Amino acid sequence: MSRMFYDLVGLSAGICFILALKGLSHPRTARRGNLIGALGATIATIVVFFFVTKPKDGSAAHALPLNNLGWILGAMAIGLAIGVPAARKVQMTQMPQLVALFNGAGGGAAALVAIVEYLRLGAGATTAVVIFTVFTVIVGCVSFSGSIITFLKLQELMTTSPVVFPGGRFVIAATFASVLGVGTWVVTAMGTTPLLVLSGLSLLFGVLFVLPVGGADVPIVISLLNAFTGLAVAASGYVLDSVLLIIAGTLVGASGTILTRLMAEAMGRSLFGTLFGAFTAKPQEASGATENRSVRSGSPADVAILLNYARRVVIVPGFGLAVAQAQHTVRELADLMIAKGIDVAYGIHPVAGRMPGHMNVLLAEASVPYDQLVEMDEINPTFGQTDVAIVIGANDVVNPAAKTTPGCPIYGMPILEVSNAANIIFLKRSMRPGFAGIENELLYDPKTMMLFGDAKASLTKVVSALKDI
Amino acid sequence: MDATAIISIFVLAVFIGFEVVSKVSSTLHTPLMSGANAIHGVILVGAIIVADHSTTNLELGLAVAAIVLATINMVGGFVVTDRMLEMFKGKKK
Repeated sequence: MSRMFYDLVGLSAGICFILALKGLSHPRTARRGNLIGALGATIATIVVFFFVTKPKDGSAAHALPLNNLGWILGAMAIGLAIGVPAARKVQMTQMPQLVALFNGAGGGAAALVAIVEYLRLGAGATTAVVIFTVFTVIVGCVSFSGSIITFLKLQELMTTSPVVFPGGRFVIAATFASVLGVGTWVVTAMGTTPLLVLSGLSLLFGVLFVLPVGGADVPIVISLLNAFTGLAVAASGYVLDSVLLIIAGTLVGASGTILTRLMAEAMGRSLFGTLFGAFTAKPQEASGATENRSVRSGSPADVAILLNYARRVVIVPGFGLAVAQAQHTVRELADLMIAKGIDVAYGIHPVAGRMPGHMNVLLAEASVPYDQLVEMDEINPTFGQTDVAIVIGANDVVNPAAKTTPGCPIYGMPILEVSNAANIIFLKRSMRPGFAGIENELLYDPKTMMLFGDAKASLTKVVSALKDI
Repeated sequence: MDATAIISIFVLAVFIGFEVVSKVSSTLHTPLMSGANAIHGVILVGAIIVADHSTTNLELGLAVAAIVLATINMVGGFVVTDRMLEMFKGKKK
């Protein structure tokens, strides 16, 4: 196969990726877009077996087949055996952390690719190649370790609130400075040891970079690390002389940056604030006063009565709905109310759940009609005419602290203004604060009724109580 | 490849990347992120190339690890994105 043909195939795979991103931006074409992307990736992976690239140190390319072919195919088989079942079996609730892990795997792979090529080239590498190697290693390692921390946070294997320690920002700044310093050292000294030190420091920086990010902002960071991995892949494309890697990596880097900004906007955060706001975060003020305050707790029958005499009900789903897998039950409740002539809508906060769009996906699975899902900007003005707002396993997205308490981690985030509804029902497992770790004043509001327990179990009881009325 | 060509490719790809996703409803943010995530799994191509270049056991070992990780990223990424989008099916009336 000629170099020209190889590069043209690379270009067509690149076009597939552009069409994939374009398709993924519209609901109707999204699934096809993803398949086109998979097609491009498949083409690119097949063609690489039929062309031997010449290393940059000028040595001649060997004849086909590729060296180490058995190892390559074996490693791909292992990757398939891990990746496919993981993607198939994952619960909808755990999808965000799986995406984070996949992203970390990509970042790690990019860093390893650059390291191997560097080891091989040794003194034969040009300065430009070494600079791009250093970039790939830094960014790839940061993406790898950072993604693992986001995974641990989302899986709740570690605390979800910002981890801030005294002098933390100086440690982060010092680590970043040493990453840059060692990077320069690698470029000038060209040794294996400096590169290992660089990898270690970059991994450390990735951890320090993500630790201070509060739980609610984690999705934004995943998106940012996703863009990082894209850039690392693009840089490795230069090292390996691959047009395809440059195109694909840059596309992901650029679109990932835009997407990160869109997500931050949907949450009403500045990107800068998300990443650096936690550096100045103060420990939560102890809310001793709240402990003795009483909440109004009701039974499923109380809730059913309230709903039965309502004219308009807005359902606000959150992560608790996803955890309890209660999407089908909530639909049953909604259908029952509609049958009774009650006006029902779902108020969807853009970042309810663990990721933007999480609730749409979940409710679509239960085939909730699309026109019942109302976005935040449209639903907010209607809460004044709403008799009952049912908040199911959501907390931060309705927390008035986002408007009233400057300095709290979610301050400035637009919320669903359920406090304007005549009655509020909270379905929660406990009084525990939400993902962002902030006390919610609304729980103590006189017009709020709490229904404690697993969302699915509670909803089932409400449904049967409502049927009996 | 000369530097000018590479810079041209890079800059044009940046603009295309900005352009294609500039208006996306928040419903699709997660699948789009996941899809883009799968696309950078194409680093698998790079991992295969360096495995071919490898001469020592250390290099080959690292390259094999890179292939495993990249395959997980690419294949897992596309499969999980498809599963997310499958949920949107049947929404059209």
